[in-house]
Amino acid sequence: MEQNKVIPLSTIRSGKKVKLAGVEAGRGLNSRLAAMGLLPNVEIIVVNNGHPGPFVISVKGSRMMLGRGMADKIMVSSCDYEKDQDSPGRQS
Amino acid sequence: MKKIKIALAGNPNSGKTTIFNLLTGARQHVGNYPGVTVEKKEGLCRYAEHEITFVDLPGTYSLTAYTIEEIVSRNFIIEEQPDVVVDIVDASSIERNLYLATQLIEMNVPLILAFNMSDIAEQKGLLFDIEQLSKLLEAPIIPTIGNKGKGKKELLEAIIEAANKDKHRRTHNINYGEEIENELEKIEAIITDKEHHLAEKYGSRWTAIKLLEQDEDITKKVHSRELIDAVKSSTEYLKSIFGDEPEVVMADRRYGFISGACQETIRTTVESRHGYSDMIDAIVTNRTLGLPIFLILMYIVFFLTFKIGKYPMEWLEMFFEWAGREVAGLWPTGSDSWLCSLLVDGVIGGVGGVIVFLPNILLLFLAIAMLEDSGYMARAAFIMDRIMHKIGLHGKSFIPMLIGFGCSVPAIMATRILENRRSRLTTIMVIPLMSCGARLTIYALIIPAFFTEKWQGPMTWFIYLIGIILAIILIKVLRLTFFKGDTIPFVMELPPYRIPTLKSVSLHMWHRGWMYLKKAGTIILAISILLWFMSSYPKLNAESLTGLSEEQAQQAKLEHSVIGRLGQAIEPVIRPLGFDWKIGTALIGATAAKEVFVSQLAIVYAVGSTDEGTMTLRKQLTANYTPLTGFCIILFCLIYAPCVATVAMTKQETNSWGWAMFQFLSLTVLAYIITLAVYQIGSRIAG
Repeated sequence: MEQNKVIPLSTIRSGKKVKLAGVEAGRGLNSRLAAMGLLPNVEIIVVNNGHPGPFVISVKGSRMMLGRGMADKIMVSSCDYEKDQDSPGRQS
Repeated sequence: MKKIKIALAGNPNSGKTTIFNLLTGARQHVGNYPGVTVEKKEGLCRYAEHEITFVDLPGTYSLTAYTIEEIVSRNFIIEEQPDVVVDIVDASSIERNLYLATQLIEMNVPLILAFNMSDIAEQKGLLFDIEQLSKLLEAPIIPTIGNKGKGKKELLEAIIEAANKDKHRRTHNINYGEEIENELEKIEAIITDKEHHLAEKYGSRWTAIKLLEQDEDITKKVHSRELIDAVKSSTEYLKSIFGDEPEVVMADRRYGFISGACQETIRTTVESRHGYSDMIDAIVTNRTLGLPIFLILMYIVFFLTFKIGKYPMEWLEMFFEWAGREVAGLWPTGSDSWLCSLLVDGVIGGVGGVIVFLPNILLLFLAIAMLEDSGYMARAAFIMDRIMHKIGLHGKSFIPMLIGFGCSVPAIMATRILENRRSRLTTIMVIPLMSCGARLTIYALIIPAFFTEKWQGPMTWFIYLIGIILAIILIKVLRLTFFKGDTIPFVMELPPYRIPTLKSVSLHMWHRGWMYLKKAGTIILAISILLWFMSSYPKLNAESLTGLSEEQAQQAKLEHSVIGRLGQAIEPVIRPLGFDWKIGTALIGATAAKEVFVSQLAIVYAVGSTDEGTMTLRKQLTANYTPLTGFCIILFCLIYAPCVATVAMTKQETNSWGWAMFQFLSLTVLAYIITLAVYQIGSRIAG
């Protein structure tokens, strides 16, 4: 799991589940997002990667909308990324 | 009867307002927290020999110091020490909602959790072991269904029980793990030793937690150098071992505590809460359909507010005209009684001027309440955010600005949908630049007087466009000066769609209407009477009016009054804009309401106010002024001083005369500069 590469949330396709790795932003934003449940290692389901519509994710059972700029700043690691699906050693 | 005070806390969209309405009914009072533009709602409820005051705190996700709403909520709990804090929790999204509860637990306040929307939670397949969870969180839990009125009695009983119980100390705290706990302990020791004041007021553990979170508000209150250094070294140390800010790690631990508690006490059977919501979202936030659907809905809002609202408005106007005639009839015809004039033109005219806005405001807030309660407002904000963000505003700002094309008064009131104070103030400042319905009557008089029919349409269009462009520029300037700071990045919860209840929608509408009448209404009335006085006094003696026709008599009276004299006094100032004293007088009178410009001008030109009079007035204008002056008049009317109702509304909504005066003066100065430039450059080119 730790070996997975870290990519921006904005590149994840609709329907995929990922884990949050970190937010590339200042202290204030980081802590605000943390209070909303966007914490390291939390599971995020991309409900709709709008292109260019709203970017909707599901975190801890609630739906949240992000601006695209926001989705670029949130870094995630994949936990059911297709390519890695069958590769051994993936399970944590 | 024992008096107790209860604070209602909760996340946005947790149904807090519904519970508040359920508990207090119509006995509510809406105001602002001292010194800030954050709405404070209070309500009363009598139950079992207790008089309970409920205070509805702003909806927040946590109690850090990042937004004004969070600071307000936190300070209220600390300063006012409510007997009990009720945390309204959306039971269908339990983990995220309990985060606020953990912060309230840390503040060591007597806490009750209301698990709201427990029916939706049930549909979602969540089964709670309430008893067990209540033990873990050390707080009573009451399931409620706000919009169906369930759980009210149980909640009130729990509140009374908790209020009468002695404040107990918690048996265990949220554990942040060894490393953080060690640092907290060190900091706590220094606080107890050096900062008695903080320890007493906030408790040493809570203060230590906030300092480690680098909370600006609390950090400011620290005096001891030793404590500052200790906090600094602790945060550095924690950062080095966790590779993250201590506050993020601490948030993580709190969520850990929550998920630990939930794992033991909540069972999930099915997962389907968002099924229908996602289906609706697929259509209304669709990339091609989203914007048209939004615009159609906005058209309906506008139509409802102004087109449907026109009829009750006309009835009200008719009623006040009738009332005016009836009162005037008490005096013999041709009487010059000052009391008659005060009652008819001052009081009845003034009250009428206040009440005619009421249908607009009620209908607008009916529409807004439906958009908000249904959950669509959050989507609308998103759809407009990409466009509005570019000019530095929030997506939701679009709605008040659109309403501004109808009337600034309800538009400024509609800025209440904006949670962020900076966005709200910026929006309020520029709303008067949206050409309102009253200014259209000025354009309708002036434009046909100077432009051929082919140019009348484009000219009207052009003046509206100038308003919009100026608003965009002004927003940019305000964002760079007074309202500096990052635009809040767009993260927003998408509440599931719900059907709005009649009760909550009508309560919302009723409150807004009442607030308008009580707060803004009184100011509008006072200024209207003042303006009536200025346009009627000092009076001319009867001899100087003999031999004049009725129109000429009116003209002579106005010229002699304070407003007429002011108009003449400012002539040197407005001369460079191409205006004479007649326009000056009309402009001053028009601060009462912009459409008054037309009637005042009719008086100074001694023409009647009939249709025929308007035609004659246009001819007079064409004869006396150039098209350039005509354009300058509409330009100046677009930008300059908002009407008194708008000023009163801005004062009411910003909670400060300062902002209202700033808006009034800066727009007038802006109008002057722009009109001056246009007239001077224009007359050089033409001449």
